[in-house]
Formats: sequence, C-alpha cells, structure tokens
Amino acid sequence: MLKDQDRIFKNLYNDMGTDVAAAQARGDWVKTSDLTVKGRDWIINEVKDSQLRGRGGAGFPTGLKWSFAPKDVGSRPHYLVINADESEPGTCKDRDILRFEPHKLIEGCLIASYAVQAHVCYIYIRGEYFIEGQKLQAAIDEAYEKKLLGKNAAGTEWDLDIYIHYGAGAYICGEETALLESIEGKKGQPRLKPPFPALIGLYGCPTIINNVETIAVVPTILRRGGKWFSSLGREKNTGTKIFCISGNVNNPCNVEEEMNIPLKDLIEVHAGGVIGGWENLQAVIPGGSSMPLIPKEKCETLKMDFDSLMAEKSGLGTAGIVVINKDQDIIKCMARIARFYKHESCGQCTPCREGSGWMWRMLERMAKGDATKDEVAMLGDVTNQIAGHTICAFGEGSSWPVQGLLRHFKKEIEERNNLDPIVQKKNNIPYLVDQHLLDKKNA
Amino acid sequence: MSLRRPAKDQPEIFEFNSSSLEEAHKIVSKYPKGKQQSAVMALLYIAQKQNENWIPLAAMKYIAKFLNMPYIKVYEVATFYTMYNLSPVGKYFVQVCTTTPCMIRGANHLVEACKEKISENENQLSDDKSCSWMEVECLGACVNAPMMQINDDYFEDLDKEKTIEIFEKILKGETPKPGSYRGRLNTEPENNRKTLMDIKNA
Repeated sequence: MLKDQDRIFKNLYNDMGTDVAAAQARGDWVKTSDLTVKGRDWIINEVKDSQLRGRGGAGFPTGLKWSFAPKDVGSRPHYLVINADESEPGTCKDRDILRFEPHKLIEGCLIASYAVQAHVCYIYIRGEYFIEGQKLQAAIDEAYEKKLLGKNAAGTEWDLDIYIHYGAGAYICGEETALLESIEGKKGQPRLKPPFPALIGLYGCPTIINNVETIAVVPTILRRGGKWFSSLGREKNTGTKIFCISGNVNNPCNVEEEMNIPLKDLIEVHAGGVIGGWENLQAVIPGGSSMPLIPKEKCETLKMDFDSLMAEKSGLGTAGIVVINKDQDIIKCMARIARFYKHESCGQCTPCREGSGWMWRMLERMAKGDATKDEVAMLGDVTNQIAGHTICAFGEGSSWPVQGLLRHFKKEIEERNNLDPIVQKKNNIPYLVDQHLLDKKNA
Repeated sequence: MSLRRPAKDQPEIFEFNSSSLEEAHKIVSKYPKGKQQSAVMALLYIAQKQNENWIPLAAMKYIAKFLNMPYIKVYEVATFYTMYNLSPVGKYFVQVCTTTPCMIRGANHLVEACKEKISENENQLSDDKSCSWMEVECLGACVNAPMMQINDDYFEDLDKEKTIEIFEKILKGETPKPGSYRGRLNTEPENNRKTLMDIKNA
C-alpha cells in the first residue's frame, strides 16, 4: 500500500478544508515562483523525467504533449484547456479534485500555462457538476484576491486568467476536439485530426488540452522531483493514480494508490471485497465503460497499469473500476452500456450513429434470449464495422465493451440464444433478390 | 443520438430581465473579442433559469440576436445538448442515473419510487405540477451509487425508502439535504478507511 506521505491528494475526502490557507498547509502555493524561475525547459524536462502519462484515458505522455506547443508565440495566442468533462461510466475522480483539491488544479494550471506560454486557461466542466463548478469558481475568486492569479500571478511574472465553461450533458465533449467545438459555441462534434490542437486548436490557435488529474499532480511532481514520481509504479507506468471502485463491492470508494497495484488488493483491501466473497466475482470493467471487461480468472493476478491491461486486450482508461458479481446478468449489464453509447453518439459518422443503436438492440434481445444463433457472429461483425471507421475514438469506445463480452462470455450468449436463423441457407425463394448470396458457401 | 423536440405550446416573446442581462454581459466578456458565440451555452442556461427551467424557441431567437449569430446555430446547440429542457419540467426536476454502475447497485428501485411518488411516466408532471422525473445517463458519482440529481444537487447512496422520504419532503415544499444518505464522508470507503488516518483523526 502507498505510504501516506507519498499521496498527492491528501484532501481527497475533505478532512482538511479547501481554502487557500488549508491548501498552503498541504504544500500548495508554497513559493510557486521558485518553480517557474527555473524556466520552461526545466519544467517540461522534469515532467518528461517523471514519465507522467495523461490521466484522462488515452495515457499520452504529458511532457511530450507540452513540447508540441510552438516555442515562440506568433500572431495567435496560446491556450490551455482543462478537460473536466468527466462522464465515463464508472469514473468520479475529477469531481473530488474539483471540489476538494481545487488549488492543486489552479496551481497546476498556472505552471502548465507558463510552460506552454498561455495567458488564458479554460476549464470545461460537465454541466451536471454545477455545484463542483461553483466550488472551483470560489477557489478561483479567492486565488485572484490573494494575487495568485491575474497579473503577475503568484509572483511568477506571468499573467494568467482562468475561466470556467460549463458543458450541458454531452459525453462526447470529453473528446478533446469536440470539447473545443463546444467552447466555440457549436455542437460538440469531433474534428478530424490532423491538424492536432497543439498547433490548430481553440479558435484556430495552438491549444494544449489536459485532464484535471494530470494537471493537478504537476506541482507536486515539480516540488518533489520527477525522479520521485517515476520511482513509484514501474517503468513507463509511473506515479500514483486515483482509482474509483464501484459496483458490487462492500465499500465502494475513491482511493489514491500506486500504479501497478494488483487489482485484487484494490478490491479486497480498500473496497472491502466483492459482495458475496471473491468467489462470487463474475467480471471487472477495469477502466471506465469503454474498456473491455476482464473475467474473474484473470482478475486474480491482474496489475493495474496502462501496459499490463493493454496486454490483456483491455486498458487502464480512467481507472474507473466497475466490479460485477455473479448476481448480475452480464449480458444485461453490457446492453445497458450499449444503450449509453447509443444515447451519447454525436451522430456525425454513420457507422457509429447507426451501429451503436444496432449493438444496443441486438444485446437487449440477447439478454432476453430472443436472438438467433447467427446473430452472435453478426454482432461481432457490427463491432468491427464501427471500430476504426469513425472520426474520433468513440467508435472504439462503444464497440470495445461489446467485443470484450463476446471474447469472454460467448458461451453464455450462445446458451441463451439458440433460435434458428430467420433466413435459412439454401432455400430457394424465387423473389429473394439476395438469393445469389445465400447460394454461396460462405455467405 | 437522442431525439429532442421543442414543446408545442410556445410563448410569443422572451427577453432577459435585468439580472440575466448583467450575468450575460459578464459571460460574454470571458471570451476573446469577436468570439462571443462561445457564450451561447451559458446564455441558454441563463434563459432556462429565468424561464422556469425550460427554453422556449423565442429565447433561442433572442440569444441569436444578442450574440449576433444565426438562429439555426443556437437551435442546433439547444437541441444537441441534453441538459437544455425544450419543454416544461417540474420546479423540482429529478434525474435518476440508471447507467450500469448505478444499475447493478439497484437504480431500478429509485425509478420505482419515482413512479409511485411523482408520476407514472418519465417527463410527466406530478399531480400538483411541482415535480417531474427522468432517467439519465451516468452522472459521474459512481462510487456513491445509486444516486439522483434534483435540480443542481446530488443525492447519493440511496435506496427506495430514502428516495421516497426525499420526494415526500420536496412535495411538501421542504429542501432535503444533499449528499450521502448513509452518512459517509464523501467518497471514502465506509467503515473501512485505511488511508490518511492521521489526518482523519487530527
């Protein structure tokens, strides 16, 4: 278990209060100018040394992302945008940072803005987090009052303004280019990449977009050194991470732990075990609903980090762990996730807009046992037609959980659904236009 | 995608009142000059707040003029995002999360409570016209499941009885306390905390 002194978010449960004085007692805002005076290159190198990877789901190296920002500011200003549109089912870590550790985020914004030469920072908060947004706004107001923001913020000789922009209930706005569209006052439909936002982003200007947790850990990394951060976890999967453990466990909770911690430890030690005992475990969704589920046998030895989960054909994603025990109907659970994606598809690309609805309807029928034998393979085909054929990663996000279900629980689906196919092969129907397809061997 | 239609009965005119106007000008100033279109989402919220929690078409036209942008672009935004109510909802607007993490913790019992206490169908006003409810997708409080949102507040760690208690309170016009209804501190593991104990006991 991670030692308490190595925890970054000491106020995760709000034991200590959230104002500037309480934050300073925890080590935030202590001589911020000592960090910035060492220069941009030092900051970016230190973040690179720490091997910090983005906490929003994709796991892109943060230092590398920052180094993509143009070295000199041209005619277009630079922007920093914070992604607080946390909507991935199973994930609720950013909410706790926004309401209980706002000053870690604000100080991180100042340092990141200095590193990428931005004078304006927008924080995009999902509309449902209105109360959390108000708490963050109160913290920002206090920071302005104490001269930690605005002109010569915190004595760093850098000017920074932070504004909050509320979303309005669209999951897709968590995708970085959709988020930019949304800030520009349009429908949140993702843009084609390239050009990447680091060069052409918000209002066509260079823009760096980071997750809340990524930015909030940066001040601590700089204070304690990139070496300290990279000493936790393992190579390329370093540092600490807030895990959200929800579902069928005795004590669902958020907890900050070291990367590469065994999944069993997280569930048994922090979350009080699976309801009905470890033997009652059916499957675990390891990183928010987009990540393929993992069956019980593999959960015994699974380590929670980006690369270990990738090896299991899943992913760490946002580290929102949903535990599903044997009392639940796994097909129904996945059908509900498919309904979520059907509801949240932005409608821009046809494979995703139509396919997400198909997957949902097929899974609903499969949960009831109303599907035919051949539909199981057909469902797999549909997922392959979506993944990789859309502008943004939503296509993968919606089809991966279904692929995970087919990979590990195909037997359950087939047992429940053994109706004969509606169209039989080789029956000669004279008016059927597609007869030639049926006559083919592999049709 | 979700299908969203504006209400049949629409008021003829809509205008910001003085406090909304002040707020709107403040929001427009957050964005660079010439990029006032960025304020459209916030202005729709202001219109929704002023107009008893829903946005009439007249408000969209007013905002289009206010921000000097085409009406259709405002309409696009208002129909794309699900938190803009395009038809009247109750003064107390109940949103029950039923996505998988809440579903496996028993969100269906919350839906039952809504049906018993508020109205038989989603988006249907209660008998006294003060409440309406709907199922929504993940509200991002998964470790406090099952949960629901009433207007801006989150009510967490619920079960059927506690949900009914909350509804009885709001139907009487009282304001129930938001937060966890099992008495736990935010997102800590209930009775099983193993981290930061020094701080907790300090």
